Amino acid sequence: MHVPDGFLDVPTSLATGVVAAGAIAVALKKSRSELNEKAAPMAGLTAAFVFAAQMINFPVGVGTSGHLMGGALAAVLVGPWTAVLVVSVVMMVQALVFADGGLTALGTNITLIGLVTVLVGWSVTKLVLAVLPKRPASVVPASFVGALLSVPAAAAVFVLLYSVGGATELPFGALMATMLGWHTIIGLGEAFITAATVGAVVAVRPDLVYAARGMSQHLVLRTPDGQEIPATAVEVADEPRRSIWPLAVGGLGVTLVIAGALSFFASSNPDGLEYVAEDQGFIAAAEDSAVAGWSLADYGEVGGIPVGVAGLIGVGITILIGLVLFQLIARRDRDRDSVSA
Amino acid sequence: MSAPSLDVSGLAFAYPDGHQALFGVDFSIERGERVALLGPNGAGKTTLVLHLNGILTGGAGDVRVAGLAVAKENLREIRRRVGIVFQDPDDQLFMPTVRDDVAFGPANLGISGSELDERVHEALGKVGMAEFVDRAPHHLSYGQRRRVAVATVLAMRPEILVLDEPSSNLDPASRRELADVLRSLDVTVLMVTHDLPYALELCPRSLVLSGGVIAHDAPTHELLAAEALLAQHRLELPFGFDPRATRTGAL
Amino acid sequence: MGAGHVHRLYRHGHTPVHRLPAHVKLVSLLAFVLVVVATPREAFWAFGAYAALLAGVAVTARLPLPFIVKRMVVEVPFVVFALLLPFLAAGPDVTVAGLSLSQEGLLAGWNILAKGTLGVVASILLAATTDARALLLALQRLRVPPVLVEITAFMVRYADVITGEMNRMKVARESRGFSGNVGRRLGVVATSAGALFIRSYERGERVHLAMLSRGYTGALPVLEVQQAQTVQWVGAALLPFSALVVSVVAWMTV
Repeated sequence: MHVPDGFLDVPTSLATGVVAAGAIAVALKKSRSELNEKAAPMAGLTAAFVFAAQMINFPVGVGTSGHLMGGALAAVLVGPWTAVLVVSVVMMVQALVFADGGLTALGTNITLIGLVTVLVGWSVTKLVLAVLPKRPASVVPASFVGALLSVPAAAAVFVLLYSVGGATELPFGALMATMLGWHTIIGLGEAFITAATVGAVVAVRPDLVYAARGMSQHLVLRTPDGQEIPATAVEVADEPRRSIWPLAVGGLGVTLVIAGALSFFASSNPDGLEYVAEDQGFIAAAEDSAVAGWSLADYGEVGGIPVGVAGLIGVGITILIGLVLFQLIARRDRDRDSVSA
Repeated sequence: MSAPSLDVSGLAFAYPDGHQALFGVDFSIERGERVALLGPNGAGKTTLVLHLNGILTGGAGDVRVAGLAVAKENLREIRRRVGIVFQDPDDQLFMPTVRDDVAFGPANLGISGSELDERVHEALGKVGMAEFVDRAPHHLSYGQRRRVAVATVLAMRPEILVLDEPSSNLDPASRRELADVLRSLDVTVLMVTHDLPYALELCPRSLVLSGGVIAHDAPTHELLAAEALLAQHRLELPFGFDPRATRTGAL
Repeated sequence: MGAGHVHRLYRHGHTPVHRLPAHVKLVSLLAFVLVVVATPREAFWAFGAYAALLAGVAVTARLPLPFIVKRMVVEVPFVVFALLLPFLAAGPDVTVAGLSLSQEGLLAGWNILAKGTLGVVASILLAATTDARALLLALQRLRVPPVLVEITAFMVRYADVITGEMNRMKVARESRGFSGNVGRRLGVVATSAGALFIRSYERGERVHLAMLSRGYTGALPVLEVQQAQTVQWVGAALLPFSALVVSVVAWMTV
């Protein structure tokens, strides 16, 4: 299910918004090496496919529903950077035109379904490809595993985000277990469809599959009597040397820092862990924690002015972190660009 | 003497799956000529056409349009000079109205405002479709859509008009209307076609693409009269058609 | 609701709302939703005011209520979640109609329901009064990065191609006597997904080649300039501005 408006509180929504915006900015720059003249319609078709795939809903426990994500498929077909753009476009259209997913939750949806699935899907695919023979067909099992792991990963990050800024406290452990369980099953479905699609495309049009680039044999042109013709034009797209790890570390790092920082500003209602702790009698031990001394540590629910202040501080910190990270990536990019230009 | 409208030399190309379609194509077309490109299915005619405006690259050989090489840095001008009308008009008419479709090309060249309107009317006038300017393309008949597709390309004032199977699926009246339009245009024409009578009617010269090379380059009426040659390249005349007995309009 | 039916969301009309340039509507809508989400959830009356504002827009755009309600179906998953929260959430309980419900859960559920629903209706109003092409040009005009606009444009085009191909394949299957249970159908979907992808790509590829041949380089050509008059901006601003007033009052009185 796409997260609607009001699901996560304002600081979390804004934080994920910053992460998403930063990721898109980076992806825009880096995808230029992936996109050629014919790749834009390929990206559009992938977007339409991802859109259609996300219509397939599975009822999940706890009154939510899960659905196919498509991030891994997009990454394998058009490359990780373009895939971030593709899934972001799908999220935007769904939110704007189909009212699927809140507009203020766009950052959250893009982070979860765009960033996490693409990241995990692509990294795992590359890992598996590294140990398989260098043939286009290897992309099929590799994308299977990548897609399989990408879905529960997104679910896990969702539970993490919810524990930080959810509309209300739900038992963390139970929520994580349920979500992971169901989404591993959904991951299986996603893996099959991803592998089937990639397999069909790579069999007929390997030139359309990004992950299979550089694996086909070099083409030799001949005259009618068999002599070799020297090729005048070389149209092999260079595999971008830039790694996706800076984005990975940056993006998840920001999210985790949010989780850490904001947990200091968490609501006065016991969260899942504390609830369990109270139950088990551990709460006495927590009383002396340094945090209790902070003036903002216990604050009223969203709606009171003190919360507004706490929220603003939280937002301020996360925006700052996001901007710094973005600047770091941008500067590194500029240096690389000027070297390789 | 000005540069030929189209000059192709040593063009070779293979698909990503390894199948080689063109093995070294050489030919040249002068300004104002109307030439037919004949050949059996699968001979590589469409592949060849896609090289003329740089959509397909990555092989070997050279293509020049009025002296300008088809290369990445010249693509914008090349695509103005080479106007390709594809086989299926529905692939070319993708805007909500005829006006928008015809304006698409010149708008991409940076033309706007009243000059854009002029171009649209000029192009539609040349194909006899001026009064359909605000209609939706899917409300037109097939023959009308064909003519609008030609207009979408004419609006860019090309040097050479390349048509892929222009007469396919047209009823006899529409065929004649299109032939009249093509005859009236002051532009070089390269027509890919199976329709040998149409080639004879409109194109004094024909090229035969077979086995990935230009196998023959001769006046059309000579080629059509050589039965053995036609048979060798899987070209067939329609039932009852005798090229020698036809009053050719192209001569 | 389906991937290829963007045009079905659009309801043709000649109202002032339809005539507003798309980028004006988009900005107005975004501002409105932001204001709604930032409103304290305890101010129940505020949400009623927002609903009234949206109703006003719907009336001006002459959109009938059943039309809007039908498209709110997309809400169902999170409505279910919102309704379950009072039963699942921790914290102090409150007795309602004989049931012991979490007070926190009730408030949180209400929060999701109210804000989510308002967001959905606002989107429906936008989609119903703006056609796809206008929306794309609006994105371009609002300086959304051209690559994103291009991908969106192709996505919309391909959505129609895909549904067309899917229907063709379905007809071909059923003409050959196929009728299966859910499991068999899912199997068919998985194996035909790849074929569907290629067929859709190659259909769309020809259109793309035609576009390239006519000089297309990535930016949607602007065939007519969409200038928004000041009157239109002011009219569109009424919605988020009124919402803002409501929100400020809500913050001050809560």
